[in-house]
Amino acid sequence: MIQSFFADPVAMIILTGALVAAAGSLLGTFLVLQRNSMLSDAISHSIVFGIVVVWLLTHAQSGPIQILGAALTGVLTVFLTELVAGTRRVKRDAAIGLVFPVLFASGVLLLNLYARDVHIDTHTVLLGEIGFVWLDTLLLGHLELPQAVVWMSVVTFANLAFVLMFYKELKLATFDPQLAAALGFAPTALFYVLLALTSTTAVAAFDAVGAVLFIAFVIVPPAAAYLLTDRLSLMLFYSVLIGIASSLSGYPVAVMFDVSVGGTMAVMTGVFFLLAFLLGPRHGLLGREWQRRRG
Amino acid sequence: MLELLGDYTVQTVIMGAVLLGIVSGLLGCFAVLRQQSLLGDTLAHAALPGVCIGFLIAGSRHLGWIMAGALATAVIAAFFVQMVTRHSRIKTDAGLGIALSVSFAMGVVLLTYIQGQSNASQGGLDTFLFGQAAATQRTDLWFMGGVTLVALLVVMLFWKQFKLVTFDPLFAGSIGFPVQVLETALTAMIALAVVVGLQMVGVVLMTAMVIAPAVAARQWVHRLESMVLLAMLFGVFSGVTGVLISAVGRNLATGPVVVLAASAIVAVSLLMAPGRGILWSWLRHQSERRTIGQRQMLTTMYKLAAHHRDPYYPVERSMLDSFYGVRTDTILKRLHNRGYVAPASHMPSEGLHWALTDSGYHEAQQVLDSIDREAEA
Repeated sequence: MIQSFFADPVAMIILTGALVAAAGSLLGTFLVLQRNSMLSDAISHSIVFGIVVVWLLTHAQSGPIQILGAALTGVLTVFLTELVAGTRRVKRDAAIGLVFPVLFASGVLLLNLYARDVHIDTHTVLLGEIGFVWLDTLLLGHLELPQAVVWMSVVTFANLAFVLMFYKELKLATFDPQLAAALGFAPTALFYVLLALTSTTAVAAFDAVGAVLFIAFVIVPPAAAYLLTDRLSLMLFYSVLIGIASSLSGYPVAVMFDVSVGGTMAVMTGVFFLLAFLLGPRHGLLGREWQRRRG
Repeated sequence: MLELLGDYTVQTVIMGAVLLGIVSGLLGCFAVLRQQSLLGDTLAHAALPGVCIGFLIAGSRHLGWIMAGALATAVIAAFFVQMVTRHSRIKTDAGLGIALSVSFAMGVVLLTYIQGQSNASQGGLDTFLFGQAAATQRTDLWFMGGVTLVALLVVMLFWKQFKLVTFDPLFAGSIGFPVQVLETALTAMIALAVVVGLQMVGVVLMTAMVIAPAVAARQWVHRLESMVLLAMLFGVFSGVTGVLISAVGRNLATGPVVVLAASAIVAVSLLMAPGRGILWSWLRHQSERRTIGQRQMLTTMYKLAAHHRDPYYPVERSMLDSFYGVRTDTILKRLHNRGYVAPASHMPSEGLHWALTDSGYHEAQQVLDSIDREAEA
């Protein structure tokens, strides 16, 4: 029964998508609220560099070393960005746009030079292959599980644990960083942990959705949820829900038109955002119009 | 090298790189100064669905249609960001991220749709992800050149307006400029830079081509006119360098090399640019620290001299060392070179002694006077 569920490609593809969306949204909520959404863009591009370097050194395509390497690359990206912005000769947004292309371009060139005919070609790097996640399996006890599902579950639980354990600190660091610092909550350390987890999630999600589509799962569901509620806990809940709904609804649409599954799931997050933007009862266009009329 | 320059393909690619450098340097300056650096990133990714739509309309890999499609979807993405951030509480960063990721996802969907149709000429549509400079054809240059010319003409015609809107939009509005129209035009024009770069560096790395030349140029000059010219020069230089390097090393994709060349220029500019360079301000800082140390030493010796009522009172160096907690011989040597102190005679059993010279005594008085004046002011 359980084995047949895990051997079902469709279930596994949707489950992977849902896990990517849930793990991404949990962290994305804080990135969106801290106005750091574009850091997820920077991180997801520059982990390509980390993945290639780790691959060249160890030939490990997935697993703990890859995840560690990528987490370090993500932190490096943010650190370099802050360093460039810290010279006060470049604005922060320009600094983001300067740092990650360097890492990304270096990663692509390393692939060009040393890894011409391997599994990680530049195409998959960007797009991922969620349709094939059920092919790479891993034996866990008696169960044969898809690797992507195993790693995504681990990462999702890690993110969930992080958010639950540091909920109070994250909330304070997000809404009032000065107070958080004054109370000794080390908002900077928390910020770097958040981004390290984002990179980790990006790597775990990498095979499934690639570097760029991952951004959609991190930013879009939280942004949609932001238009639906004013409570942080509800925003987290809604964004995970929207992420899972995108995965569920994206799959049949993709099959119907015979197009990229990961891409369609990411497009669905956009559809849900548009719905929230237009119809959101408090912060959507329609809701605001209604409130205005009622005076 | 000369042989390489004579190569027909390489010539074509270099011309493409020159056009890309000009247009991205030109429009990047406005983007960076208006703090819209990441808009280039979003628009570049948003060009992907347009590439596919252009392909579907033309039925082949026709660069004119592809560029038109890319321009259209990039502009739509820009409007989307503007609308969402204006009419909801979504902030710019999230708006940019949504437009970037969702439109790129649409591009991926369309890309797979086209591949599913097994169209014979679909080959190489995904080269627009990273660009494929080597595949540039002479006919492509006409489209790239046309867009570059349009961008140049528009900027030259509305130079005064664009400049004012970039630096002082409030004032521009108060003297009756249509600020919103001008801002929208500048935003939309970033899309022009993006479509010229499609063939050369692809949608993913265009970000760097919009930002890097402008940021580098900003370090060297202070006027918009010279910044734009220098940015175009940097853009052209990195484009041509990248093309040549990747032509020599056959395995290297052009886009990433061009981007790394542009980033190297940024690094050099940040470090070395006269006035603003990090290296110069570090050196300035060091020399300031040095003069402060020297002034401190002079006043210390002056006070000792005053206390002992002997302007040439010899001070033992080891005493100064222990007073300052560091070795003072370099400071004393520098003061000696400037003629402010001189070695004094001392008992053979003691260490080196130094005393103020006449000019040193005078200098110390002036330093103390200026400190007093500052304290009063």
